[in-house]
Amino acid sequence: MADKRMTADEMVAELRSGMTIGIGGWGSRRKPMSLVRAILRSGINDLTIVSYGGPDVGLLCAAGKVKRLVYGFVSLDSIPLEPHFQAARQAGAIDAAEYDEGMLQWALYAASLRLPFLPTRAGLGSDVPRLNPELRTVRSPYDDGEELLAVPALPLDAALIHLNRADAAGNAQFLGPDLYFDDLFAAAAARAYVSCERIVPTADLADGGFASLRIQRWMTAGVIEATNGAHFTSCDPDYPRDEAFQRDYVAAAKDPVAWKEFEARYLTGSETDYQAAVRAR
Amino acid sequence: MSVNVAVSRAEICAVACAEAWREEGEILASPFGTIPAIGARLARATFSPDLLLSDGEALLVGGTWAVGEPAPGPVEGWAPFRNVFDLAWAGYRHIMMVPSQIDRYGNANLSAIGDFARPSRALLGMRGAPGNTVCHPVSYWVPRHLPRVFVPAVDVVCGVGYDRGVASVDLRRVVTNLAVLDFGGPGHAMWLVSAHPGVNVDEVVSATGFDLVIDDVGETRLPSADELRLIRDVIDPHRLRDREVPDG
Repeated sequence: MADKRMTADEMVAELRSGMTIGIGGWGSRRKPMSLVRAILRSGINDLTIVSYGGPDVGLLCAAGKVKRLVYGFVSLDSIPLEPHFQAARQAGAIDAAEYDEGMLQWALYAASLRLPFLPTRAGLGSDVPRLNPELRTVRSPYDDGEELLAVPALPLDAALIHLNRADAAGNAQFLGPDLYFDDLFAAAAARAYVSCERIVPTADLADGGFASLRIQRWMTAGVIEATNGAHFTSCDPDYPRDEAFQRDYVAAAKDPVAWKEFEARYLTGSETDYQAAVRAR
Repeated sequence: MSVNVAVSRAEICAVACAEAWREEGEILASPFGTIPAIGARLARATFSPDLLLSDGEALLVGGTWAVGEPAPGPVEGWAPFRNVFDLAWAGYRHIMMVPSQIDRYGNANLSAIGDFARPSRALLGMRGAPGNTVCHPVSYWVPRHLPRVFVPAVDVVCGVGYDRGVASVDLRRVVTNLAVLDFGGPGHAMWLVSAHPGVNVDEVVSATGFDLVIDDVGETRLPSADELRLIRDVIDPHRLRDREVPDG
């Protein structure tokens, strides 16, 4: 089996400005934050970001990396509204493609199956089609003749996901309560990069139960070991959300001077510097 | 104990929310907000024993437990978000969502205030509201009944109302800190079902930014002694409900 281990900076070197990048996790839960921080350190921009959004979206918006955002929501869960996302939207700084949550799943699922679209009722009658005029409907070819929304496939140039464990070959495992849609992000992407709390021998993956082995090496292009890599989002059962840090993040995001200080303290150095600054709080 | 004297507005609201899930059978009750969460647990503990409830993450759990505390179980199912989407689209769910704006026909906005391209206030996003409203029963909870919430036209239609040409829309009720409303008026217009005890109909009308259908307005029922005991001793011993709807 190929050894797919790499660093976050090696991953970023494979990304390009203008790419469509999907980010796994959900809200402020198990986000590949160390990989997002690696993008923040890079020169790439004009990205289309696809996400069930949380602080991943907020940080990329704050850094001016986002041209277009495809999303069902952006939230920090315990704090409902994401301040950087709000600021970017309210400034008209990003092109917002807002979908129903299930439509987003369908778009990724269609891409992963190489289908042009998948039909659904979700979105019909709402403002989703008005705000996304490229969307089309399709009529059932069977006797019911029902008109459905045809959610177009959303193929990704790259996907970033964070799991609890992985092996060097790119098999990865979730040990928390929910996979979220990480497998669909990975399978919809030309190249999926998985960061993980710990890289372990393949034989050790069985310890978490076979049903947890949902990210398989055919889906993945690179593996990055990133202990505490989801910080400050949750990565159950390895660690919960850092609620105190998240509160500080939100407070800083609402004030330009405080945000400059936050950036200087946490986001100007390497991932090692970030983790050291977090430990020093 | 004189039950009437002691009952708070928050407790009346919790029972009014519980009533949304009366005789629903084996479906998932998905409450958003503290008082709807109290209501869903109260409904299952009393008149809707077959309801399914989530622990707020990915587990379906039995029992009756306190809001703000982890569910002690027993766990009866694993329902990660993907399964919740599946059962929602299959119709086996009744959600109570919190709209930032809602109009006379039940269109609901969770996305943005003002022009979508450059809103004056960006909110959560569509979430699952478009799919929920065309796939299964939906109710709404408004902890502060104000004209800026009850608007003539919402800025972004996330939850689909009755005037959008989708036949499957099934909106059950809107519970607020002042009243219970449904869509029983002409053409499914919003109807004032009952004002909470101590609330005048005029107060509800002036807090609503469009014309309500007013005809034979009732009074929202009080909790029974058993319901009060469950709310106070079991489901909300720390009185989190009072933070969402303060009394007086």
